[in-house]
Amino acid sequence: MSQSEFRAALLDPSRPAPEGLTGPAGQPAGRRFDVYRNNVTVSLTEALRQAFPVIRKLVGEEFFTAMAREHLRAHPPASPLMMFYGAAMPAFLETFPPVAHLGYLPDIARLELALRQSYHAADAAPVAAEALQTLTPDAFVAARLRLAPSVRLLRSCWPIHAIWTANARNGTAPKQATAEDVLIVRPDFDPEPLLLPAGAAPFVAALAEGRTVGEALDAAGAFDLTATLGLLLGGSAIVGIITGE
Amino acid sequence: MLDQTAKRRLPARPGVGYKPQHFSSILADPTPVEWLEIHAENYMGDGGRPLAQLRHLAERFPISVHGVGLSIGGEAALDRDHLARLKQLCGWLDPASFSEHLAWSTHGAEFLNDLLPLPYTEATLARVCAHIDEVQDHVGRRMLLENPSVYVNFTETNLDEIDFLTEIAKRTGCGLLLDVNNVYVSCTNRQTDPGDYIDRFPHDLVGEIHLGGHDEDADDAGAPLLIDAHGSEVVDPVWQLYARTLARGGAKPTLIEWDNDVPDWPVLAEEATRAARILDGVPA
Repeated sequence: MSQSEFRAALLDPSRPAPEGLTGPAGQPAGRRFDVYRNNVTVSLTEALRQAFPVIRKLVGEEFFTAMAREHLRAHPPASPLMMFYGAAMPAFLETFPPVAHLGYLPDIARLELALRQSYHAADAAPVAAEALQTLTPDAFVAARLRLAPSVRLLRSCWPIHAIWTANARNGTAPKQATAEDVLIVRPDFDPEPLLLPAGAAPFVAALAEGRTVGEALDAAGAFDLTATLGLLLGGSAIVGIITGE
Repeated sequence: MLDQTAKRRLPARPGVGYKPQHFSSILADPTPVEWLEIHAENYMGDGGRPLAQLRHLAERFPISVHGVGLSIGGEAALDRDHLARLKQLCGWLDPASFSEHLAWSTHGAEFLNDLLPLPYTEATLARVCAHIDEVQDHVGRRMLLENPSVYVNFTETNLDEIDFLTEIAKRTGCGLLLDVNNVYVSCTNRQTDPGDYIDRFPHDLVGEIHLGGHDEDADDAGAPLLIDAHGSEVVDPVWQLYARTLARGGAKPTLIEWDNDVPDWPVLAEEATRAARILDGVPA
């Protein structure tokens, strides 16, 4: 029996156990094969539970478990690194009819994936706030700010920061469906999603692309630059200042 | 004080599978645990807390790297990216031991996250040996291969499991990891005698022993069906098999595996203490 036949029966409970597998008396494998089915389903469901605690809270445990079962059959892991399993969840949620009325779910899933990526990202020593303050205005505008590998930026037309905070930290649920952009920083080992000032996301995105502060300011409209730099510095998110050409 | 030579070998004493929730307890008082095992795949990120904790622990304890994702028994070629990650981890960590499973878990582009069974045939033997040669060449160190927990028999199997493992070790130069709970689970499921399995095992090839808990179920006919679950205490019959193993093969580095429903540190330390008491009565 090939591993293809084994695998086909593994993820499809409507199929019988593959021929060529038996119990000790030569009888069909039956429930013995189901142990493998159950191991795969339970372990992958558990991996998804760990990846998406807020999604779980939003849809409820029972619903999440049933949804995870559908998801893991449609999108089995593509790598043995279980800590990154679930990358297909946002797209899955976008097209899963039972959650069509919860339009913010895909962006919450993106936020949870980004938090995990940040948690496992490479370490980097941050620059001191003074290093930025001592630059002349011209040098500041010409500088490129290298962001930590753990920094993530998420833009959403939903209040994802408020929804995440309400569910992960027992905050208050948002009353209005305002758009929110989130900056994830990791000052030590724990990623922290911060609410970005309105209009700051294009600036941060341009910095992340390696553009100068001046170019990044041009890329953005009006926004609170002082508050944004405060979030970046306070979150140990700037790990290098490249001055000159 | 760091003893670099001692770090390179696992002592023939108790170790435990490391869980991050035990970090402070282990640093405060690890007794009687003298070494730690990690699942390789959990330490393949680029940084952050997992690697920082591991670096810290590795200064104090010999570390065993136990892979669960290589799919050595897979019909397809080994995943080169995964081999490279293993090489990188073993490179910076310089672990005291590196082990993997006689199983498959990858099919095509899918990782199925379970240790799936293999038929014991000449064809499987050739494939597994080729993969182990590739792993040892690539990672640059000898590996230990673990005997599996199995729930089914393959009609095409025509080699005995112990002969199969012994032949792999002979052809590739790898060592063996003897999981005594897996022996108990597999022999119960196959309705063969686990004591006989232990007596026939090539103990001179064994570099490490695993002990863990299992679940009890029944097959369609009501016959016992044990499931390797790593979520409970080691049961008495497995402790008895362990004592029999040490009587045959001498004291060996012995791991308590508890991966699911992980208990507080004292419960795990108590399991390790039970292993320590049995080890105390055996010459190394």
